[in-house]
Amino acid sequence: MLTGKVFKYGDNVDTDVIIPARYLNNPDPAALAQHCMEDIDAGFASAVQPGDIIVGGANFGCGSSREHAPIAIRAAGVSCVIAPSFARIFYRNSINIGFPILECAEAAQEIQAGDQVSVDLDTGLISDLTTGKTYQATAFPAFLQQIIAAGGLLPYLKAKVG
Amino acid sequence: MSMTMTEKILAAHAGLEEVHAGDLIEARLDLVLGNDVTTPVAVDVFEKAGFEWVFDRDRIAIVLDHYTPCKDIKSAQLCKRARDFARKHQITHFYDVGQVGIEHALLPEKGLVAPGETVIGADSHTCTYGALGAFSTGVGSTDMAAGMASGTNWFKVPSAIKVVLTGKLPPMVSGKDVMLHLIGLIGVDGALYRSLEFTGEGVSALSMDDRFTIANMAIEAGGKNGIFPVDEKTVEYVSGRVKRPYTVYAADPDAVYERTITIDLNTLEPTVALPHLPSNTRTVGEVLGLPIDQVVIGSCTNGRISDMRIAADILRERKVAEGVRCIVIPATQEIYMECLREGLAEIFIQAGCAFSTPTCGPCLGGHMGCMCEGERAVSTTNRNFVGRMGHVKSEVILASPAVAAASAVRGCIADPRTLE
Repeated sequence: MLTGKVFKYGDNVDTDVIIPARYLNNPDPAALAQHCMEDIDAGFASAVQPGDIIVGGANFGCGSSREHAPIAIRAAGVSCVIAPSFARIFYRNSINIGFPILECAEAAQEIQAGDQVSVDLDTGLISDLTTGKTYQATAFPAFLQQIIAAGGLLPYLKAKVG
Repeated sequence: MSMTMTEKILAAHAGLEEVHAGDLIEARLDLVLGNDVTTPVAVDVFEKAGFEWVFDRDRIAIVLDHYTPCKDIKSAQLCKRARDFARKHQITHFYDVGQVGIEHALLPEKGLVAPGETVIGADSHTCTYGALGAFSTGVGSTDMAAGMASGTNWFKVPSAIKVVLTGKLPPMVSGKDVMLHLIGLIGVDGALYRSLEFTGEGVSALSMDDRFTIANMAIEAGGKNGIFPVDEKTVEYVSGRVKRPYTVYAADPDAVYERTITIDLNTLEPTVALPHLPSNTRTVGEVLGLPIDQVVIGSCTNGRISDMRIAADILRERKVAEGVRCIVIPATQEIYMECLREGLAEIFIQAGCAFSTPTCGPCLGGHMGCMCEGERAVSTTNRNFVGRMGHVKSEVILASPAVAAASAVRGCIADPRTLE
């Protein structure tokens, strides 16, 4: 069960604002985390606490394929991202590195910044502890669940091919 | 059951009779690509997982194009990581400073992508090769690592949007204008998870360079890939470059598309995208006179020889306006050399442009043209997100090489058709 405070953003949050290219010359996760979300929320990196949750709008993570984006978000302490839809490369990257993302339009719309939210990754149940409302995220296909359960694509592949 | 072009290529690479939108498949890869930003992360993942061998050293391309020639010590370290890996595994298609070009212009030029092939690249603009009738899509570093280890990867077969092109482009209107127009119509997530399949009699009149530009920006509409049918122009382009047999796939006449969009090329105008989304489009006439500080002509979107020629035609015997910096970057060494042969380099330099060795540099605010607070650029690149070319309060306006060159001369957004 993941529990944390919500940081909320709008539609089309792109990977250039999640982690600007000027910081990609150092792929160390801790270094990336210091600049996470800097260009749309300069206070994020210092305010975020371990376990906190990002709630985004449609097409979250669009633009550049940089895997540094979900790496930066995870290294900043964020436990999961909830959005109505994710840009496809960000979606792949998150699953491939074993970082939880949840698609749920209703939750993304109704949950407010600062709310305390808990997420049960096994069931996809999202609970807004501030309002008392619950939401059901879209379930991942079984194949993707296997990748997530293995801890990411490479551990999955390694276990398969030996 | 009938299939789209993308479905046919994916079915062939998955060893299946047919696949359809929504199917999760494992497909064989013909080429796996990475650059100096994404390869080091892929190498870390590859080695951490305990893989010791790449699946095929001839089917991996590592192209050091983003921060090269290295802008600082940290980027030099990234390049070294990628270079050491390439040497250790004897990667055949490794491109370093002196041979390197911007990956999505370089790979087609070197014949590394053929019609009907399946390519993944750890760079979002890998969708460019759809211009050749290949299935190609951008992925992240872990996908690149998985591809290098196994020669396969997982895909969700995308549903498709059919884009029917009719007519012929008017003078000074190009592939860039077609794509900006389309993204303006459907939005930055208008093709999310989907394939954009271009078709119609208008395709035959588009040059290969125009097709590369259009396919390149499929990702800016959220698309998984953008793909063109293979015709005489495609075959002419790949002949002499691709030295292996390839298969041409065509969509079935009754293939299923989620929606159909028709664009009459005759009616298009030079089009720009204002900050901060590629979908924020206007015809150039709506924004004439908007002042600018910088012009960038280049990138994987518009750094090809026909882009250089149109920009040079406009800059010939003209000067870049006072107070404006114009940076011209041919995308590959071959294009650079052709600019020298045709006298284009001299035209750019005489006009007062900076003329650079190939690099992605300014497109992503990497180097070679970062902007400070309050500055505005017209750029032939592909993204105008907040902070994309430097300071969070700088602005990028996306445009064709013709509009960018005309704007450099006028010092503000200008229409290339009415330049005195």
